[in-house]
Amino acid sequence: MATQVAVQGQVAQRTRASAGLWSDAWSRLRKNKLALLGLILVIALLLLAIIGPFITPYSFSAQDLAGVRANRNQPLDPLQTAHILGTDQLGRDLLSRLMDGARISVSVAFVVQLVILAIGVPIGALAGWFGGRLDNLLMRFTDIVYAFPDLLFIIILTVAFRETFVGQAMDGLLLVFVAIGVTSWVTVARLVRGQLLSLKETEFVEAARAIGVSDRKIVTKHLLPNGIGPIIVAVTLGIPGAILAESVLAYIGIGVQPPRASWGSLIAEGQKWIRSEEHLVLFPAIAIALALISFTFLGDGLRDALDPKLKGKQ
Amino acid sequence: MISYLTRRILWIVPVLFAVTVITFFLMHSVPGGPWDREKRLPAATVKRLNAEYGLDRPLYVQYVDWATKFVTGDLGPSYRYQDRRVNDIVAEGLPITVQLGVMAFILAVLVGIPLGVIAALGHNRWPDYLSTFLSIIGIATPSFVLAILLIVFFGVQLGWFPTGGWKGPQYWVLPTVALAGFPIAVIARYTRASMLEVTRKDYIRTAHSKGLGNQAVVSRHMIRNALIPVVTILGPTLAFLVTGSFIIERIFNIPGIGQNYLNSIATRDYSLLMAMTVLYAFAVAFLNVVVDVLYAYIDPRIRYS
Repeated sequence: MATQVAVQGQVAQRTRASAGLWSDAWSRLRKNKLALLGLILVIALLLLAIIGPFITPYSFSAQDLAGVRANRNQPLDPLQTAHILGTDQLGRDLLSRLMDGARISVSVAFVVQLVILAIGVPIGALAGWFGGRLDNLLMRFTDIVYAFPDLLFIIILTVAFRETFVGQAMDGLLLVFVAIGVTSWVTVARLVRGQLLSLKETEFVEAARAIGVSDRKIVTKHLLPNGIGPIIVAVTLGIPGAILAESVLAYIGIGVQPPRASWGSLIAEGQKWIRSEEHLVLFPAIAIALALISFTFLGDGLRDALDPKLKGKQ
Repeated sequence: MISYLTRRILWIVPVLFAVTVITFFLMHSVPGGPWDREKRLPAATVKRLNAEYGLDRPLYVQYVDWATKFVTGDLGPSYRYQDRRVNDIVAEGLPITVQLGVMAFILAVLVGIPLGVIAALGHNRWPDYLSTFLSIIGIATPSFVLAILLIVFFGVQLGWFPTGGWKGPQYWVLPTVALAGFPIAVIARYTRASMLEVTRKDYIRTAHSKGLGNQAVVSRHMIRNALIPVVTILGPTLAFLVTGSFIIERIFNIPGIGQNYLNSIATRDYSLLMAMTVLYAFAVAFLNVVVDVLYAYIDPRIRYS
């Protein structure tokens, strides 16, 4: 609607109209308490991941062997010493390791979505824009990828390329990004295609075409601003899945490589001490749950804010 | 309907073909082989074993060989557990995995749907808040994290249930709950949203105004209609239970087939891995078809062509 008006009006009006969409969405988001809570938690997680490792006096891989030896070779409990959340059996500070885990989770959260966009948007756009045989071909391909059991395929990819250059880069993180990304773009591709198909037929696009607007301008000025809402929502709601997949990989020991501390690998290590030192599994478990909750809240809130028609669904 | 069904079922074949081809070539291109042991075997022995199992042939020949045998129901010999056939390994673990999945599914439906209905009937009052809170926690807690928490509280601290193994009903409790947690939350969420949608429908007002009791309206009109969209997520739910159980099996040390999946990748047990891949991919594809058919059966308004 907003753009429909703008087509007939002047450039100044168009910018104001598209700003209206976002300020509208923002005011709706602000009223949603859960979404705000999610947003605050996400910002807190980002801060923890970005500046946390600079503030903590302990490196995530430094071993306080003297401290552990003084404790009869047992992991240190929370608040027992200067280590606020205690240490593992090698004397590595749990809080610092959790912060490194936050770093890994946050980078997975955003980089994987970039990979998904980089694959999903072109495929969906090509299929939706050109239609016909290309559409058919691309969508059959999408169906096949969709039929793969995600997590299992991610595991195979990770194992298969572990020893290669890609698998070794960034402590194994690069491979994790790619493996999760190449299995999870289907939703975005279908969404982009669907959006394009329905927007292509709208009157304002027809009007723009009638007055001789170029294809490129139609895509960037009309299709993208109008179709981007659901894509942002899908991307945000895809984040918890990516974080979860990363932690599962780390948990079964094929994700990020030691001494890097993913929350999943922290749980796997802590599980050995489950009978006496529960804090080693409890804190990373809470961290994963909180991260997933905050992105879910934010995503739900964004969906309600950007597309009020969908409110209450799903 | 029949032609739609046939088309959907036939579509599974190319999907399985693609999945097996990719998995097969990917796994065979990975460094390492099924004969890797702590102590390196002599090169001559590896060569003899490769020849014996046909691993020295070109990959496409091996694939065709595997596929032909697969079609006749022969899953091949296991490379890891020599003198055992993959058919036997799968037959041994499958009932346990299916049992775990079915129990978790029943639990998810029995808890999830009432939770959603209660939330919708108490919309914006405490039942709604409680149920919404629980389902958010459930959606945000991965099954393996839930499993750990259950082990810590109910296994170790309270000591009510064993923390691993599969020897009797008391061993089933924690894994089933851990696996069902996420589906319970998803089903509850869908049911609630769907119930709220139905409440606003004209036929509900009609039912009320013709003097039908509240209970009758809820049970006969609201729930029945509200459950239609819920059926659509049962497919993904079942798929989640089938493919998601391997990690639960690993945590609780359950001798199902899920464990084989991870082990077969690690040990390059090609034939076992292929069997597991086909099984999972088929289960996911097939369950989606079943749900679509169920969907049309429950809602006569839906017609496939």
